[in-house]
Amino acid sequence: MMLHMEGVHAHYGHIHALRGVDVTVQVGEIVTLIGANGAGKSTLMMSLFGKPGASSGRIVFDGEDITRVPSHLISRRGIAIVPEGRRIFPRMTVMENLLMGTAFADPANFNADIKRVYAMFPILEQRASQRAGTLSGGEQQMLAIGRALMSRPKLLLLDEPSLGLAPIYIKRIFQIIRELNTEHGMTVLLVEQNAHHALRVAHRGYVLQHGEIVLAGTGQELLASEEVRAAYLEGGH
Amino acid sequence: MSAVIIARHARTPAERFKDAAWVAFIALLLGIPMVGLTTVDEGGALAVHTRFGMLGAFVGASFVGRFIFRWIMDQVRSRRAAKPAVVKVDRTPQAIKVIGWAVLGASIALPIVFSENRYVIDTATTVLIYVMLGWGLNVVVGLAGLLDLGYVAFYAVGAYTYALLFSHFGWTFWEALPVAGAMAATFGILLGYPILRLRGDYLAIVTLGFGEIIRVILVNWTELSNGPNGIGSIPRPTLFGLPFDRNPAEGTQSFATFFGLDFSGMHRIIFLYYLILVLALLTNVFVSRLRKLPVGRAWEALREDEIACKAMGMNVTNVKLSAFAIGAMLGGFAGVFFAARQGFISPESFTFTESATILAIVVLGGMGSQLGVVLAALVLVLLPELGRNFSEYRMLMFGAAMVLIMVWKPGGLLASREPTIRLNKAVTAGGEA
Repeated sequence: MMLHMEGVHAHYGHIHALRGVDVTVQVGEIVTLIGANGAGKSTLMMSLFGKPGASSGRIVFDGEDITRVPSHLISRRGIAIVPEGRRIFPRMTVMENLLMGTAFADPANFNADIKRVYAMFPILEQRASQRAGTLSGGEQQMLAIGRALMSRPKLLLLDEPSLGLAPIYIKRIFQIIRELNTEHGMTVLLVEQNAHHALRVAHRGYVLQHGEIVLAGTGQELLASEEVRAAYLEGGH
Repeated sequence: MSAVIIARHARTPAERFKDAAWVAFIALLLGIPMVGLTTVDEGGALAVHTRFGMLGAFVGASFVGRFIFRWIMDQVRSRRAAKPAVVKVDRTPQAIKVIGWAVLGASIALPIVFSENRYVIDTATTVLIYVMLGWGLNVVVGLAGLLDLGYVAFYAVGAYTYALLFSHFGWTFWEALPVAGAMAATFGILLGYPILRLRGDYLAIVTLGFGEIIRVILVNWTELSNGPNGIGSIPRPTLFGLPFDRNPAEGTQSFATFFGLDFSGMHRIIFLYYLILVLALLTNVFVSRLRKLPVGRAWEALREDEIACKAMGMNVTNVKLSAFAIGAMLGGFAGVFFAARQGFISPESFTFTESATILAIVVLGGMGSQLGVVLAALVLVLLPELGRNFSEYRMLMFGAAMVLIMVWKPGGLLASREPTIRLNKAVTAGGEA
């Protein structure tokens, strides 16, 4: 088992954002969390990193309890995140951005890793010495994914990767997620509002509402489910 | 909307007239109290007289000046627009390199050319102190993006550490230099710890307070710092133990006797100049190197996006503290030099104005640019010096220069950022294969 969250509660001050969430991610799976704004999707992802920390419950990653591990040490255990809104370093070059992803990786792997990322995203190689802030939104998202991959993570977290992108890039990003999984065996936890795309690409999914998991099942099951259709897919893409 | 249209079409004479009239009106408002009224001493009593003639001339000059200025600007602009678009090759990195070496060459040659002109070398030494301080603050503000309004505190810590180590234990410049640097770095960390969670404006306010606290302590803790009276007779640095005295103590040699030269007061001045030049250059090499190391990139990434840094597994606490400590240490070194050069220090030298000047040097230079700091220090130190002849208009000139720089170069004199890593040829070739 790659990741197991058990009865996790989390608070933002007085707001009870997660109310006993159980989530499991197996090795080699794509798991998606869908839900409306404010359902607690991003909170769940942040609580993996201890910000806010789980007030009760347990988070086990790769066989080790990481519930109380300080935030900056968690990513060094093999979790990489593609943050919401991409959060690339705009005044630094594409190359420097990729380098930032390797802050705690073995420098010996650098050449191999950057080759792998460039092979996946040829545009990044063409733009290597360009300032990252001058890239288009979709390219920035690729850079954020590439940066996360540079640390050779065991688990890749993607927080709303399709947010604010042109439709053509949304398609491309989900295609990339699938490729990462099938060709590179990457385990992915994907948080999305774009339920339709997310459920189609995911093996399994969870529906989050008011800080609780209200539905769980395979991607196909959830896509077919009446409740999911009514709540998240009507009028969708 | 209107701005767009005005920018596109050529101005009609009526528009130009209106524009100039508007400026003249503002000049009139400002001019009534400043030019139109004056106080005159009439038999011991103060009376207010009017100078409407002068006011009229002032407003008229503003009107005509604005009219001509606007016209010239439009000519320049239309000529620029008429030129065919040329593909611009970005030569900035090479240009910066050339300018950098030219400045270095000039600064080495300066004391040779002006070997008898004490004023020039003294002023150049002051410029170099500010360059060094600017480079130190550049680590904190330019690279790590932490706005520090109290940088002068570390400068003071360095200066007082040397002064106190000398007056209590008789330490020399060279012995005190590393200790003062370490002391300032410690203060940097002390300041850094409580404000780790602050950002932007809040950070600026706390650092401002810190700078004042240090100064107030120096003023009031008389037993330690001798209060506002300051500490005097701080010894000058020696050249490998050779002092620059006219009459060396019995059985020792001075610089002049050792090299068999006639004693000259200029030797010491020139020595001090080269000393600060070397210190500043070492600072530059040190900071440029750090910038290309992971810690330097971490500073820049922190400036760009703190949350992303955390997500990358960076220990943001350590990154911030290292920036504060290293910036403070460099400020401390500059402080030791300052104390040694002046021979006398008092809290008067470490006021907020100093912090503001150093910060202005970093910002006007273009945040994070090393050469930009040099150019800005030149402008900010030399302008008030050159302005001495204009006495009361000196600060006006100074302010106008700063406004002009910000209008023409909003990102600072050198705003372009040099990447810390170049394309790796092997990787590129491999990637295409």
